[in-house]
Amino acid sequence: MARAVSTRRKITFTVIAWVIGIAIFFPILWTILTSFKTEGEAIASPPSFLFFDWTLENYTTVQERSNYFLHFWNSVVISLGSTVLGLIIAIPAAWSMAFVPGKRTKDVLMWMLSTKMLPPVGVLIPIYLLFRDAGLLDTRTGLVVVLTLMNLPIIVWMLYTYFREIPGEILEAARMDGAGLREEIIYILTPMAVPGIASTLLLNVILAWNEAFWTLNLTAANAAPLTAFIASYSSPEGLFYAKLSAASTMAIAPILILGWFSQKQLVRGLTFGAVK
Amino acid sequence: MATEHSRATARLMISPAVLLLLAWMIVPLALTLYFSFLRYNLLMPGMEEWAGFLNYKFFLTDPAFFSAVWKTLELVGGVLIITVVGGILLALLLDQQFWGQGAVRILVIAPFFVMPTVSALVWKNMFMNPVNGLFAYLAKVFGLPPFDFLAQAPMLSIIMIVAWEWLPFATLILLTALQSLDSEQLEAAEMDGASFISRFFYIVLPHLSRAITVVILIQTIFLLSTFAEILVTTNGGPGTATTNLTYLVYVQSLLQFDVGGGSAGGVVAIILANIVAIFLMRMIGKNLDA
Amino acid sequence: MSAITLKNVTKRFGDVTVIPGIDLSIEDGEFVVFVGPSGCGKSTLLRLIAGLEDVSAGVIDIDGADVTGTAPAKRGLAMVFQSYALYPHMSVAGNIGFPLRMAGESKEAIDKKVRAAAATLNLTDYLHRKPRELSGGQRQRVAIGRAIVREPKGFLFDEPLSNLDAALRVNMRLELSELHAQLKTTMIYVTHDQVEAMTMADKIVVLNRGHIEQVGSPLTLYNKPDNLFVAGFIGSPKMNFLGPTYAKEHGAATVGVRPEHIKISKESGLIKGTAGVAEHLGSDTFVHVHVAPDQMITVRTSGDSVLRHGDTVWLTPDEDRLHRFDAQGKAIR
Ligand SMILES: Nc1ncnc2c1ncn2[C@@H]1O[C@H](COP(=O)(O)OP(=O)(O)O)[C@@H](O)[C@H]1O
Ligand SMILES: [Mg+2]
Repeated sequence: MARAVSTRRKITFTVIAWVIGIAIFFPILWTILTSFKTEGEAIASPPSFLFFDWTLENYTTVQERSNYFLHFWNSVVISLGSTVLGLIIAIPAAWSMAFVPGKRTKDVLMWMLSTKMLPPVGVLIPIYLLFRDAGLLDTRTGLVVVLTLMNLPIIVWMLYTYFREIPGEILEAARMDGAGLREEIIYILTPMAVPGIASTLLLNVILAWNEAFWTLNLTAANAAPLTAFIASYSSPEGLFYAKLSAASTMAIAPILILGWFSQKQLVRGLTFGAVK
Repeated sequence: MATEHSRATARLMISPAVLLLLAWMIVPLALTLYFSFLRYNLLMPGMEEWAGFLNYKFFLTDPAFFSAVWKTLELVGGVLIITVVGGILLALLLDQQFWGQGAVRILVIAPFFVMPTVSALVWKNMFMNPVNGLFAYLAKVFGLPPFDFLAQAPMLSIIMIVAWEWLPFATLILLTALQSLDSEQLEAAEMDGASFISRFFYIVLPHLSRAITVVILIQTIFLLSTFAEILVTTNGGPGTATTNLTYLVYVQSLLQFDVGGGSAGGVVAIILANIVAIFLMRMIGKNLDA
Repeated sequence: MSAITLKNVTKRFGDVTVIPGIDLSIEDGEFVVFVGPSGCGKSTLLRLIAGLEDVSAGVIDIDGADVTGTAPAKRGLAMVFQSYALYPHMSVAGNIGFPLRMAGESKEAIDKKVRAAAATLNLTDYLHRKPRELSGGQRQRVAIGRAIVREPKGFLFDEPLSNLDAALRVNMRLELSELHAQLKTTMIYVTHDQVEAMTMADKIVVLNRGHIEQVGSPLTLYNKPDNLFVAGFIGSPKMNFLGPTYAKEHGAATVGVRPEHIKISKESGLIKGTAGVAEHLGSDTFVHVHVAPDQMITVRTSGDSVLRHGDTVWLTPDEDRLHRFDAQGKAIR
């Protein structure tokens, strides 16, 4: 579409697009702004947009009252832990499927994806009971295990599509040049796949960070990540908009930033390659 | 690339992933299925007994069940309509030339990265609250009475919240598909005298049909399991106005401790999801061959 | 010393037999070309020799040692792939030095050998570049460099020139022949282009559907093809095959004659025809003559031929240079 467009047309579209873009983004913007207000100003009528006394007190209050950073840290551990563990299991599997495809490779891949389509509520009870008996309820370990398994199909799938773009001849060349399997993976495959592995990591950290079924059902005070911590604001006492906003801003900021880097991978990872 | 040696290695390297997923799938599924045939309440441990199809009978004759299935469909359908139509329009808009394309794209995509509990609570309190919410304020400005969204139109409100979360996903995928459309095709149609509307219906829409199907199928899979948004806004209420199947199973098993009944509900949820999954898998599989 | 011997080498992919059993011996220092139409199993055979695929049956010997079960890296062979298969994240120096690094050689030794190879291949100025910053011909040379630094027992080439444009291809053909003359190492070269085979090979192996049709020097294949397939495949323009009546007179099922062994005249001759398109190459002219509604004979004549489209002409094959084949397509000698 490298066609010259009349300036008037371009101006019109610029205005429409920005108005709609800001409207869609507005709830996030409003949350961020509110987090810097006092509780009084947060519910002021008419609402103040930019001209209020900016304060950081909500951020400190949230931390003091509820040990915010414990939950933040839980989110970090759970999302990174489950993703890294998933990658360690998935890289060899994706290598096998991409470079030594057999008759059943496609079936295995499809079967892995089908496990992702299992509704979590269908296995909630057994997992809950197994975790209860194993003492894994409300532990970070337990959540790391569940989220690793939850996201493993997506991780395998994404890596597979990235690995498949690496020509097999290059790995064969390495083999002819005297590289064993270990050298082949360390010196050739991994460096070539770094962008793909990084994208996979990024998308899965995002998915794990925002996961809100298992985190809500399997945790309580100790291992609750931010999803579950924020949920505790659903039954508030007194004025709480500004504090909710501060907690929310901190909870979504890291992922918003990561997310902006991962737009392309998002399509690839979440459509399982069905849309390119 | 395939010697006996490398094949043996490959089997070894794929087995951890396969075994783990197999365990993850089979063990809980078998247990859910097993529990669904038991009379099993967590408040009465040791009293489990075989119940046959009794749980299913109770569950399937319970008016709450049909209501939940209906609410599930309502939620999925409502969100799909908003996101697909909105997504197509937004994708068409973002595909135009204007200043700050990248920035607007980022603004539009942002909601997808907001965790469900945050978006639900922000919408519930800061926008939909009948006293302090921004919508109430806007109503006042226009001289209208405030509207209590979550009490008076609970399902619609939840649909709006969830649609806001998923609109970026639909937009992004449809935009990707749109950008793969050969612009010469459109120019040829323009030369042939096709208007904007007919170009949209005869060229753009057919080109997008595949992506639209994918959006519908994938969102359906995720939307069938909507949970957090309901938990933090309405708790399934008022009454059972927003209790979908996922929430019903949660209430049954973890709030009322009826493992047997909850499991039967879980099995039903799995069957429903599988119906959608079959179509999705078929599409993905076709693409894998290409 | 590096003679390679194949004994009854067989390859099946599932139920499909791609190579039904091949016996072949390649002498030390020979430049051997496997030639045949696409899909006939040339690459498969090469990969079996390389060890990138397992044989389904049969034995491969290198220098008298059975290497049938040996890993590719331990066979001492180097391979140049059609796509070059350069490592995109390594510089030219890194690519060429990789086999040495894998062999555990010291940094200084690697550096010295890489420089020597780069000098031979005119790559000295590009050592720090990444493959994507090189032209097709340069990439090709890096791939060759990576193969020669190891001083392998033999080189395997799989259609290495097919991604280059025509002019460059002629150049690289000469360079490869030059390289072989210098190194005197055994080379096995796979191509579907019979011109490459004819110009480079000491020995050509003509493959067809996984079978060897004939093995011999380029001129042997050209002058004494064993069968119809070889006769038709080797030579450009192709050998002409004459009709059954003419063949019967010479006691054969089919008779072939090369374009340069037919006399063309406007006055008299054995076969009457109509001149069609004439291709003027300057040194020669190829005239395509219609002798029957569905039969055309190509004749090679002098560069200054003045035949015009539609002229009536007479053709006379040289009786001494006929190739006669029996009903099974075998040459009658
Ligand atoms: N990995 C494989 N699996 C199944 N069939 C194969 C495989 N590799 C090659 N083939 C088949 O073997 C035949 C020979 O292939 P190849 O050796 O690549 O031919 P060439 O190099 O002569 O063009 C082809 O019909 C091809 O389809
Ligand atoms: Mg080939």
